[in-house]
Amino acid sequence: MEKRFVYADNAATTPVAAEVLNKMMPYLTGEYGNPSAGFYTLGQRAKAAVEEARKQVAEVLGADPKEIFFMGSGTEADNFALRGVMHSKQVKGKKRLITTKIEHHAILHTAEALANEGYDVVYLPVDNYGVVDIEALKNAINEDTALVSVMAANNEIGTIQPLKEIADICHDRGVLFHTDAVQAFGHIPLNVKELGIDLLSLSGHKINAPKGVGALYIRSGLMPLPIITGGGQEKGRRSGTENVPSIVALGEAARIKGERMEREAAYVRSLSKRLQEGVLSKIPQSALTGHPENRLPGNSSFVFSAVEGESLIMNLNIEGICAATGSACSTASLDPSHVLMSIGLAHEVAHGSLRLTLDVQNTEEDVDYIIEKLEKILDRLRKMSPVWEE
Amino acid sequence: MEYSSKVMDHFTNPRNVGEIEDANAVGQVGNLKCGDIMKIYMKIEDDVIKDISFKTFGCGAAIATSSMATEMVKGKTIKEALQLTNSAVVEALEGLPPAKVHCSVLAEEAIKAALANYYKEQGIDPTPIIGCTGNCEHCHNHD
Repeated sequence: MEKRFVYADNAATTPVAAEVLNKMMPYLTGEYGNPSAGFYTLGQRAKAAVEEARKQVAEVLGADPKEIFFMGSGTEADNFALRGVMHSKQVKGKKRLITTKIEHHAILHTAEALANEGYDVVYLPVDNYGVVDIEALKNAINEDTALVSVMAANNEIGTIQPLKEIADICHDRGVLFHTDAVQAFGHIPLNVKELGIDLLSLSGHKINAPKGVGALYIRSGLMPLPIITGGGQEKGRRSGTENVPSIVALGEAARIKGERMEREAAYVRSLSKRLQEGVLSKIPQSALTGHPENRLPGNSSFVFSAVEGESLIMNLNIEGICAATGSACSTASLDPSHVLMSIGLAHEVAHGSLRLTLDVQNTEEDVDYIIEKLEKILDRLRKMSPVWEE
Repeated sequence: MEYSSKVMDHFTNPRNVGEIEDANAVGQVGNLKCGDIMKIYMKIEDDVIKDISFKTFGCGAAIATSSMATEMVKGKTIKEALQLTNSAVVEALEGLPPAKVHCSVLAEEAIKAALANYYKEQGIDPTPIIGCTGNCEHCHNHD
């Protein structure tokens, strides 16, 4: 196949959709009003645009628009959920926060910071597919537990968590439930009322809106303590002049995802299926990581024996393919990804990990090109590997 | 990782890859758990490294340092090869990111491990000649 550019790292970020850009453009140009400046129409129009976006995001989640609060990123939403709830008066001094070993660093490092403040943080184990251990959750909830935070779907291996089951357990025990849905929002159905979610974090740039905008769904009645104080925007929950163009973009991107989710997910899932079947049948000593069925439509994560992930993605880059790895050598710490360790992979297996995340702009030709190049690269790297055995 | 163009050159077109069938000096350092293993093959005649090759499992820097280190000692005497330092390899590659400097240490150790094997095969204790022979520095980040 002729050389092409294939972006297969959509879990890292996505391109801004043309229709999203069109929708936000006026707010980058003529419609520059401050939503708080309500005495003139320019400001009123900006305010209306933000409220329209709030409605659009709420609709996809089955939430009330009053329950959506715009933030600067998914990471900020996670920080606000964890710190805001643990610090709020509503939890009545309860000190335990329960989360999992496979969360994104936005959760893990925030939980660590809370532990340093004296909070009691428990990290739940997961099984070999990356599904949270429900018995461990039941055992971890005690009288002192304020909040449980479990991601909706994992960024590395794509495994989707049983959110309804987790939420029910939390509510039976009078505990709040937060989910980091940065990877899942817009890609799989998430109805906060049906699932029983109290707080949910989401991000714009994973659904074709720009970077630097996110939102937190906060169930009506909850009062997490703000982490950013100031002019009292977002009903005092998140001060700072609203990022109107990006909020408009997030709203539009959410609306599009809500409308097309079923069709898009089916398409992306068929591409991933083609990729997984192709890789596993053509490349010896390869395996899929994460849950075989219950996974994000676009996620294909693999491990290959006798090769190292960084040299794999560097070679893919030379062929025009953008991909990711959880290999130790791709990080400054020289430790393989905590997710791959938590699902029970040995260090030497985790070193050969590759994550390919597809989305709507990808095609079958992209998939076939990836398989062809991957086969060639693995053959070359394995031939120069002292540990390769056929 | 930001690599120099020299590293990318040696990563993309590694020199001296493979095995030498009649090698009389073979050394391997590193381990799978750490994520990099280097194996060096040499054909030594009259104290001169006539031929050299490598096989490496590892990241871009591991492959590039293996390639560069073999280039630097090819055709040299054992004495000259023993003077190869990891910083000389880094310099020849126009620098390595700090997290990758250990790869150059591994390359130096792989050369020494092969030379140690050469002496051992002749019944000579390599320690007084070579000193540390591999895995001295590597992988201290792990248990």
